[in-house]
Amino acid sequence: MEHNKVIQVTHLTKTFGDFTAVNAISFEVEKGEIFGFLGANGAGKTTAMKMLIGISTPTSGKARVAGFDVFTHAEDIKRNIGYMSQKFALYDDLTVKENITFFGGIYGLSRKQIREKSALLIDELGLEKVAHSLVGALPLGWKQKLSFSVSLIHDPKIVFLDEPTGGVDPIARRQFWEMIYKAANRGTTVFVTTHYMDEAEYCDRVSIMVNGRIEALDTPKKLKEQFKAANMNDVFLKLARG
Amino acid sequence: MGITVRNISKTYKNVKALQDISFAVKPAEIFGLIGPDGAGKTTLFRILTTLLFADEGKATVAGYDVVTAYKDIRKSVGYMPGKFSLYHDLTVEENLNFFATIFGTTIEENYELIEDIYVQIAPFKNRRAGKLSGGMKQKLALCCALIHKPKVLFLDEPTTGVDPVSRKEFWEMLKRLQEKEITILVSTPYMDEAALCDRIALIQAGKILQIDTPEAIVRHYPKQIYNVGASNMYALINSLKAYEHKHSVYPFGEFVHYTDRRSNFNPEDLRRYLESQDLRQLAIEATAATIEDTFMELAK
Repeated sequence: MEHNKVIQVTHLTKTFGDFTAVNAISFEVEKGEIFGFLGANGAGKTTAMKMLIGISTPTSGKARVAGFDVFTHAEDIKRNIGYMSQKFALYDDLTVKENITFFGGIYGLSRKQIREKSALLIDELGLEKVAHSLVGALPLGWKQKLSFSVSLIHDPKIVFLDEPTGGVDPIARRQFWEMIYKAANRGTTVFVTTHYMDEAEYCDRVSIMVNGRIEALDTPKKLKEQFKAANMNDVFLKLARG
Repeated sequence: MGITVRNISKTYKNVKALQDISFAVKPAEIFGLIGPDGAGKTTLFRILTTLLFADEGKATVAGYDVVTAYKDIRKSVGYMPGKFSLYHDLTVEENLNFFATIFGTTIEENYELIEDIYVQIAPFKNRRAGKLSGGMKQKLALCCALIHKPKVLFLDEPTTGVDPVSRKEFWEMLKRLQEKEITILVSTPYMDEAALCDRIALIQAGKILQIDTPEAIVRHYPKQIYNVGASNMYALINSLKAYEHKHSVYPFGEFVHYTDRRSNFNPEDLRRYLESQDLRQLAIEATAATIEDTFMELAK
């Protein structure tokens, strides 16, 4: 594997019976890149991502994630990636500190590492006052920031963000993106799925899936030029509507 | 027959969900409540649809008082809650029939109102609602909210979690309903949808920040915004935030939206500063404010 290619996907395919959910997709993502993975409902995004994070075995094709083969080393992939989703992130009935300790433990950090990480994280996020409050009581914007930090607790090479920022206020959303830039700047690869095309504009490159295939892949700037569109929303509509 | 809201307040334990909210929606207007989670949008919807009492204030919907004439309101409004609230184990057609019957009508009687929405889900009319895709569920929920031909339609975050194609179709449907004289109050956390409303209220933490047409809200933005770009986005944000003359710095897609505190700001000064910070491929150009910029300036 080339050192800088953190994700390498070749003709990756997944079929369910006679339905092809993901149809021979190929792409590469580099170290420290923010990669947007877009598509309409039912285009195959979730199925593709499940294969990349090692929880669904592909039907055919090849994929290496964080240096490991998705067919033979799915467990190694899980240990070397972070994952955050809008739907499930943290335990609402555990405190901020308990959540950090729990996820640190899951990823096999030592007690000492967890103590250090916990202090660092709470300080960076300014959560000192609520460290012993239940996560369920925090505003959504704080939860998302904490959830993102927790997904990075074991210093993964890649973090997968599955529709991370729905519903939060515009300022909190930008603070969240600043955290993403910071992580990418340190060399963590960020793989994001989103329905919101304004969010796609923050990515270094984006791919757009239509009916199981990747129909476009480039920087937001070049995609806008290619499709003669004012923004990514128009690019998306042109592609998805044919 | 629109909506009037006068000095409505609502408190849950120690959370002030709504604080002295007042506005009016004209008949056949599309009025948007634009704000993030926790702004108070759903509380307001529940008060207006007579599912919750306000602590203070008065409100009318379609000419009826929300407290004294709640039964009239329930017959005259359609409500599509944020959470999918139809029967998962009934089919598309059964759900629609059920809601028509509850309101003492039939699908046939008001079919012309839902026709162009229903034809899109009709191929799946024997499928259980729980098995539909997000976009399909949303269309069925809208049909069910319209089946008794309401005068006022309440849509609480109808497009959350829906892809751009379905969102666009949904807004086109709303425009057609407006032509049929239906008043629409719609909430969304997505600022780009604000531009599609006739008028909007920006709402945060239970307070209305501003009410106006989307055009006027953008026009009243107090400063010139600059799009600033550089090869390293993270370094650019940090440098701009450290600049002594900055007023606001917000990442905005491939650029950063920057405003300066000085009235005689010269972009060349900023360029020289950024060059001194070793930033490359600099771009600085004036750009127009968006609703999101206004929201952030007011919420600051």
